[in-house]
Amino acid sequence: MSRSVEVGQVVGTRTVTVTRADLVHYAGASGDRNPIHWNERFAREVGLPGVIAHGMFTMGTAVNVVVDWLGDPGDLLDYGVRFTRPVPVPDPGEAVVEIVATVAVVDPEAGTARIDLTVSTEGTKVLGRAQVLVRL
Amino acid sequence: MDAGFVGRVYPPTAPYAVGREHLRDFAQAVGATHPVHSDVEAARAAGYADIVATPTFAVVIAQRAEAQLIEDPAAGIDFSRVVHAEERFTHRRPIVAGDEITTVLHVDAIVERGGLAMVTTRCELTDATGSPVASVLSTLAVRGAEA
Repeated sequence: MSRSVEVGQVVGTRTVTVTRADLVHYAGASGDRNPIHWNERFAREVGLPGVIAHGMFTMGTAVNVVVDWLGDPGDLLDYGVRFTRPVPVPDPGEAVVEIVATVAVVDPEAGTARIDLTVSTEGTKVLGRAQVLVRL
Repeated sequence: MDAGFVGRVYPPTAPYAVGREHLRDFAQAVGATHPVHSDVEAARAAGYADIVATPTFAVVIAQRAEAQLIEDPAAGIDFSRVVHAEERFTHRRPIVAGDEITTVLHVDAIVERGGLAMVTTRCELTDATGSPVASVLSTLAVRGAEA
């Protein structure tokens, strides 16, 4: 499938709420059972403000908007991020993560585009260089 | 952190069997709702042999291979002092249920800076025919014992 896109075009936005139950589910599904993602006491003992989301949970969640836009996950060629800030997940309560996916580069000869993700919570960006290379 | 680990290549892991229910559970855990991640008929209609893994599922396979380094006492990595700094997936094709994936772990770089050791590993995932499936790059920031 061929898509026509322009640099600066927003291909999707999403708001995701995250609770401790979501982190427990991700811990089980991923096999990353580090207690900083579910145990408040342990998280504080190692100097964190409290339980934080798995970076890989945030990375895995943020890319859904791109897959839904593509329609075919096989058109997602490369996906990389830097984990720059933690996402604290309170209890009681929830974290709110905002995701914006924007076309950053279009390469018509290669038939690819780079989609950049802006991922933030409470106005602070939590991922750096969150870049998705897709086949157009 | 022993910089002598740079360039090390580990033997291939035992094959990891990708299960349909695990893919569904992982997709649900990251909130992925595209039907090819859960519905076999939708996946087949899209041209896949079975349901399709979400883009970051490969971490589940890669982290088992990475444990060969992280849990090696000789590497001296205290996991309570580790922060995940970077992750990158390069997909040659999507992983699908039924795949049997073998992984080779490479230690690409260990860079000391400001009391941190930045340890970059690369997992090369191949299928049962030996064809490449994905590369998974991971960088951990390891704080020194005295920091």
